[in-house]
Amino acid sequence: MTNGTPTHIETMTSDLLQADGVRAGATAGPIGPAVEVREVSKAFPGVVANDRVSLAFHHGEVHCVLGENGAGKSTLMNILSGMYKPDSGAVMVEGREVTIDSPRRAIELGIGTVYQHPTLIPVFTVLENLMLGEGVGVRLDVEGGLRALDRFAKTLGLEVDPHAPASRLALGQQQQIEIIKALWSGSKVLILDEPTSMLTPQGIEELEKVISQLRDEGLAVIFITHKLHEALDLGDTVSILRGGRVVGSWGPDVVKTKSRSEMQALIVGAMFGEGAGSLEDVAEVRDGVTGRARRRGLPNEPVLELVKVSVEALRGEVGVHEVDLTLRRGEILGVAGVDGNGQRELAEVIAGQRSMVGGDIRLCGESIARAGVGRRQSLGLRYVTDDRIGEGTVGTLSVGLNLVLKRIGEEPFWRGGRIREEAIDQAACDLVEGFDIRTPGTETRCGTLSGGNLQKVVLARELSFDPKVVVYNKPTYGLDLKTTLAVRDRIRDLAESAGVAALLISTDLEEILDLSDRIAVLFRGRITGIVDNAPGVERHVGELMLGGDRGD
Amino acid sequence: MVATVVTDVVSTSRAVVRGASAAKAGTSARWAWLWSLGQAIGPILLALLVSAALLLALGKNPLTFYRDIVSQGLFNKGGIQDTAIRMAPLLLMASGLIVAFRANIWNIGGDGQFLLAAALVAGAGPPLIGALPNALAFVILCVTAVVVGGGWTVVPAYLKARYGLNEIITSLMMTFVGVNFANLLIKGPFRSTTTQVPQTDVIPFKELLPRIPGTRIHVGLVLALIAVFAVHYVMTRTAFGLKLRVLGANPRAAAHAGLSIPRLTIVGFMLSGAFMGLAAAVEVLGVWGYVRADWNPNFGLPLFALVFLARLNALAVIPLVGFYAVISMGGHFAARQAALPDDFMLMIVGLILLFMTLTEYLAGRSERGGYLSAGLKKALGKGGGDE
Amino acid sequence: MSDMLTAAFLSALISGGILAGMPLLFASLGETISERGGVLNIGLEGMMLMGGYTGFVVTLYSQSHWLGLLAGAGAGLITALLMVVFCVRLGLDQIVVGIAILIAAGGFTSVLQRAQFGTTYPRLDAMSAVEIPLFAKIPVIGPSLFAQPAIVYVGFALVAVLHWVLRSTNMGLNLRAAGEKPEALDAAGVSVTAVRSIAALSAGAFAGLGGAYMSIVGAGIFVPFMTHGAGFIGIVIAMLGRGRALWVVIGSLLFGMSVSLTTALQLVGITVPIDVVNMLPFVAVLVVLVIFARQAYLPAALGLPYKRGIR
Repeated sequence: MTNGTPTHIETMTSDLLQADGVRAGATAGPIGPAVEVREVSKAFPGVVANDRVSLAFHHGEVHCVLGENGAGKSTLMNILSGMYKPDSGAVMVEGREVTIDSPRRAIELGIGTVYQHPTLIPVFTVLENLMLGEGVGVRLDVEGGLRALDRFAKTLGLEVDPHAPASRLALGQQQQIEIIKALWSGSKVLILDEPTSMLTPQGIEELEKVISQLRDEGLAVIFITHKLHEALDLGDTVSILRGGRVVGSWGPDVVKTKSRSEMQALIVGAMFGEGAGSLEDVAEVRDGVTGRARRRGLPNEPVLELVKVSVEALRGEVGVHEVDLTLRRGEILGVAGVDGNGQRELAEVIAGQRSMVGGDIRLCGESIARAGVGRRQSLGLRYVTDDRIGEGTVGTLSVGLNLVLKRIGEEPFWRGGRIREEAIDQAACDLVEGFDIRTPGTETRCGTLSGGNLQKVVLARELSFDPKVVVYNKPTYGLDLKTTLAVRDRIRDLAESAGVAALLISTDLEEILDLSDRIAVLFRGRITGIVDNAPGVERHVGELMLGGDRGD
Repeated sequence: MVATVVTDVVSTSRAVVRGASAAKAGTSARWAWLWSLGQAIGPILLALLVSAALLLALGKNPLTFYRDIVSQGLFNKGGIQDTAIRMAPLLLMASGLIVAFRANIWNIGGDGQFLLAAALVAGAGPPLIGALPNALAFVILCVTAVVVGGGWTVVPAYLKARYGLNEIITSLMMTFVGVNFANLLIKGPFRSTTTQVPQTDVIPFKELLPRIPGTRIHVGLVLALIAVFAVHYVMTRTAFGLKLRVLGANPRAAAHAGLSIPRLTIVGFMLSGAFMGLAAAVEVLGVWGYVRADWNPNFGLPLFALVFLARLNALAVIPLVGFYAVISMGGHFAARQAALPDDFMLMIVGLILLFMTLTEYLAGRSERGGYLSAGLKKALGKGGGDE
Repeated sequence: MSDMLTAAFLSALISGGILAGMPLLFASLGETISERGGVLNIGLEGMMLMGGYTGFVVTLYSQSHWLGLLAGAGAGLITALLMVVFCVRLGLDQIVVGIAILIAAGGFTSVLQRAQFGTTYPRLDAMSAVEIPLFAKIPVIGPSLFAQPAIVYVGFALVAVLHWVLRSTNMGLNLRAAGEKPEALDAAGVSVTAVRSIAALSAGAFAGLGGAYMSIVGAGIFVPFMTHGAGFIGIVIAMLGRGRALWVVIGSLLFGMSVSLTTALQLVGITVPIDVVNMLPFVAVLVVLVIFARQAYLPAALGLPYKRGIR
């Protein structure tokens, strides 16, 4: 999509910036920060998300804000984009103190945001999405919109069909539209919140090109991420948030002069403090993660076999087409792919939540194609869903009932259809202890637990009572680092010591490289390749994620 | 204006509740009990207040009006028995609503299920009671009513289960069809040859359901109370009840846990309709003995407010239904005195429902939990079926 | 002879269809706006009754049909204010509030009617028809289509306006975004609350106008609960119309005709029991729903309250 050499710099400068008199280029000399936050604090019930945060974001600079999940990055971004109001502190734009009390105000102040969750409306066309909120006059100015889109597409070197519905675009394209949307009203500051989370390695490269181009035009780019190597690759300035506070910030003078490993040591020290030593091999912290060698002792006998499994594509989905997979005892088979390429469909058809239109699924040699969810569950096939709030748990029921949610009516928790509370309570207490679920009690309503503890509830339920094969769908998505590590350890332990096979579906390539024995790649509902995990395999996996026909 | 006054009143009463509990520093159980009570009574008081204002505006004396309601519905010897008799069908219908709402099924068509069952019971009743021993006839008629009431939900239940079609609309359409169909039956095959007005034959008074000794209250009330307790037990203590609750609270979690959503939806819907049918049998066999064309007591809609106020708890429904029965029986008298239609009570119920949402808001959903299952909103947006 | 019968039959069918279809048209146009904006207005019928009663009373005392229609729309709008405060601003449950409005408004108008008129039902003069030159002379369909009260033409004009608003204005885009993905609209700097408030209020005004049409133009009297489910049929039409104004018109007129079919049949000597007549539109709705069950499309965020920062 990017045509490589940026040949439209002049056009771009004039289009995006000249009107505001901002001089382009990173070398344009010291001018005041584009945006600055001073002593900004924001608390939510029970958490202080931002604690006296002070940071300055300059024109012509990519400022990476790094921190793990829950460090307060998104809160800071939401304050700048007008979604949240800070409890105290000041926000300055071009040296003037401003109140950003709505997204509209942020846009007027020239702050454009690309949110982590897509904000494109699937049923709208590209142009409609871009023009949404423009709000000048009564009539939609379609001609003007088309002209503006044309200009943006040219400057950024993109090809866009303005009348295609957003849902038809690939995710990488959707994100490019999101960026155009953020720049649409002449923004001088661009905030990107975890923009790489749904991109392929190649998509990330293209994104990096666009970002450096925008930086060279003089925009202030705020790049929010939890991945250390992204900060090292892209940041002119790197700041670290931890527990809502700024625990480190290094400007271009430091970042440019220190070596990569020196910077890495600085950052890891700031991010994790004294515990840093033990955390250094965490994928998120390691620089340039790569695959690990396949374990020995495999292959064992196959426990789960998918033969030409197909699933009908529902609205807005890609479905699954003739997928063949074999999972052996004790093996971890990673399924890599960009989000929305059939991951959920695949997981659900294996779990029995979706009907197949063709093919067969065999568990330990026996076909389970006609077995329902409950039957598969009791045969030892388990599914850890990626949506722990939406479908994994019932918020209004107790933790205890959620732990036996898939055994309603079964002995020993029910007898003759009647509930046996002591039996449930007993089992629940054991699981709460065994899985380190932090809850006031088993009677507590599940909806009051934190995301990490909810995930533990789901894991406790799925991994207990004799599992044989577990399908994990994004098992660490949105968890803090400590819980992430605990979950990954559990997946690995269960596979290595108990021989429980795992189908690890994840959009986090690093997680897959870290845990898997083999890696299958899902693209538009098809498996485009299966490779053994090994150091250096990520490039190949990345190509497969784009469909496999895009070699170097 | 009104809204701010309301807010003030509510927040004051809330503060009072808080203060009381703080003063006692008692167990949280007592606290919660008081809280629920306050949340049930608050909207009722507010609705009565606003209705009083309307009465004043219409030049009626609200104190007289409310006094008439209470004295006729509660403190008059005949009146209180009428009130108890009225409770029987209301309790049965409320049970039906609780089963449905717990499972996130909006069975708004209760009146159609009720009336159609009533028409059949009234049509088949006289010949059957003449030909068979009474007890046997009653059982057959009740079963008929249950089947008719349940059967009338099949179309909306199937459309919801299969296509995710919004059952509010479909069950309401079925009600309009059912009401007219009942009329057709009464004017056609069931029409009595002995009367001018179109109606069914009359079951003689002494052949109606037996009375509780010493009263005019028929045993249908006992049946209704048993039904309420049974529903409470099933919903709280059994696997089937829990399955319905999981479906209601989070349909996607229900699918994830391997529950058959279509089957539960259809069973829950039909069960709900069955209670509506039973309510009709009890009312016809216990009170009227016949059904006139165009008769529609409209029991269904007002019950929504009561069932929500009871937070879908079957036991808590009993006092609330008692309250409504007083309003409805006493209100009939009071309205006639004031030359107003019975629909005045309908308005009160609507206002109760409206204020209930408001107190619910003020209480804060996250803190105390809502009256609605959490899954409802999702189910609404997506229609439930095509997720 | 048989030609005459057919002509009379057709003419009765069309004019009856318009008579019964116009309230449905207004109501379903209102619901279309509301649903596109993400507000499910179950209380539509209540708003129609409020509009019907208010419009009737105002017409009766002012002797101006137009003033009455306007007042009806106003009453619907004021009733919809409840939806705005409770559902859009406070984020309360749209179904419960809708049912509350339905019940309360029904009771309220019935009480007012009795308090004011006792058990008498005064009758209004018919609204004078406006003939459109030339067109009104077309045989059969001419008099039934082009010699209608002016409000009918206004109704069709409103369809065109709505079509234009939804397709080619910023407001239309905002409205659809509020129903599909309110967080996207918010992120784009437009107030979701404002857009949805406008949607809910317009729905109320349209429903009120529909109710007023029913009492002032259609019946000439106000009877408690006279809407008899029209509001709900309006909701179904809006659901099936999927935001396309033209489909809403066709749907409304077809349902209107299903009501007038029996009257027309009587003209040719076939009598149908009144209960069958009353049942017919609802059976029609059910049949249509069964056939087109898969086609009913509702906006993704319909019925969901929007609160910033909660996904």
